Amino acid sequence: MTAKPAPAQFAKRFVTMDGALPWITTPVLLAVLILIWDSYVRYAGVSPLILPRPGAVWTAWLEMLRDPRAWHHTWMTVYATLSGFAYASVIGVVLGVLIARLRWLELTLNPFIVATQVIPKVALVPLFVLWFGFGVTSKVIVAAVLAFFPILTNTAMGVKSIDEGHRDVMVSLNATRWQVFRRLEFPSALPFIITGLEIGIVLAIIGAVVGEYLGGNAGLGHLLIARLNAFETDQMFAVLIHMSLLGFIFYFAIGALRKMLVPWHASAGPRV
Amino acid sequence: MQAAHTETQPAIAFQAVEKWYGTRDEPVHALAATDLAVADGEFLVLLGPSGCGKTTLLRMIGGLIAPTSGEIAIEGHSLWRNGQRQAEALSDLGMVFQEANLFPWLSIEQNIALPLELKGAPKADRAARAQALAKLVGIQGFEKRWPRELSGGMRQRAAIARALSYDPRILLMDEPFGALDAMTREAMNIELQRIWMETRKTIVLVTHSIAEAVFLADRILLLSPRPGRVDMEVQVPFARPRGPDLQSTPEFQAIVRQLRHRLNEIS
Ligand SMILES: Nc1ncnc2c1ncn2[C@@H]1O[C@H](COP(=O)(O)OP(=O)(O)O)[C@@H](O)[C@H]1O
Ligand SMILES: [Mg+2]
Repeated sequence: MTAKPAPAQFAKRFVTMDGALPWITTPVLLAVLILIWDSYVRYAGVSPLILPRPGAVWTAWLEMLRDPRAWHHTWMTVYATLSGFAYASVIGVVLGVLIARLRWLELTLNPFIVATQVIPKVALVPLFVLWFGFGVTSKVIVAAVLAFFPILTNTAMGVKSIDEGHRDVMVSLNATRWQVFRRLEFPSALPFIITGLEIGIVLAIIGAVVGEYLGGNAGLGHLLIARLNAFETDQMFAVLIHMSLLGFIFYFAIGALRKMLVPWHASAGPRV
Repeated sequence: MQAAHTETQPAIAFQAVEKWYGTRDEPVHALAATDLAVADGEFLVLLGPSGCGKTTLLRMIGGLIAPTSGEIAIEGHSLWRNGQRQAEALSDLGMVFQEANLFPWLSIEQNIALPLELKGAPKADRAARAQALAKLVGIQGFEKRWPRELSGGMRQRAAIARALSYDPRILLMDEPFGALDAMTREAMNIELQRIWMETRKTIVLVTHSIAEAVFLADRILLLSPRPGRVDMEVQVPFARPRGPDLQSTPEFQAIVRQLRHRLNEIS
């Protein structure tokens, strides 16, 4: 019963390596990539209209950060992403729970769910713009539609994969319907739901940006197309970096949520 | 204490209880019509080869599955009425399963205290009770860990602590020590006997270890398969507390031999 020191130390060494390694490799790889990029542009004589040098992109991005209009566009994209994501989360989780619970509902909706899964939804974006206008509403809707399905399917899977043995425990303890939900079904499905949210938030950004490409005059997607049309390629790249950072921030926010809500689950990473 | 199931109401009563499982190709006759009376405070052991319906019988007592026909009563309360499980029949019943079935999102302490929480006990009492039980089953020091950080044997002990936590009158145990090594198993047997002598709970325990059955039981029911039914009933007369040395006495060996002989014939 006291034979734990050796394996624990072993595990700890791995944990620290797991934590530290990306902090070294990521910057190094990034630096190498930027170096290759820079040398290629310099020595192959590529026009800066096709591929600007990293330094120029960096300068353009710093300039963008000082421009209040750029922040307005950023805010529009954040707004469309987060409201779309919020709608998708609420509807996806509720419908996912219902589908997992009510066999007839699943059977009824399943053909439609499959159909909407396989239809390339991005192709429908012009239609949304047509129906909901060039304003922010159409972007919110596109973001919501894209984020909705992974949240729905993961939630349904989570509720369905509740362990039968765990159910037996609750039944043998005479638990009420509400107690079974609160103490078993919800915590058991939570890691799955968070996986759905993780995929969903990334798709929500894509949805918002694609919506902005195709219509209206606000948002980072719109800004990117405007820079492209003006042949300001370095500024276009700056917008691209800006969007990517936004994506990272959202994704890591969900990751933090996971560590906070399901620390017991293996997906939350090793316990340090 | 000898099982004196005479004038008083039995803790558990089966009347012609029968169980069929409906599988797609052919139904399985898991338990033939069985009558059974377990006296209040009796320690009953169900013994038999695997597939003879021990788990089925125990799960029917616990209300987890309904009998195909027949009547089950727990402390006089009918367990099923119009296909509905009757909560009052199960209010004083604890269960230990073949798997520990701990909730991975609760700490060991919270797992042990889960029944108390469901029954609305105050938080401070729950923690104190969980600590005491962790000590009783020998996993003190691990109360704050996640279940996945414990070995299989320790998890099973936490599951036993959980079943004991709200002090139910009836304790149902399905091969609770199957995952433990021989030494821990023996220690747990002695511990279980001590708990039973202190509390005089009604215990129904399933095992396929003959020695464990003879060591623990007031009465042993030997089940035989296809269909599952009670093949033989053995009263175990040894005084309590029974110590480890009992196992090497000729009387103990005689009962073991008798059971083994019959087991070999039926399986
Ligand atoms: N859910 C089920 N569906 C169909 N058959 C089952 C089910 N559970 C058990 N059985 C069958 O019923 C018989 C008794 O099983 P069980 O009660 O688990 O036996 P034991 O616990 O003694 O090993 C076995 O033949 C088993 O295959
Ligand atoms: Mg079994």
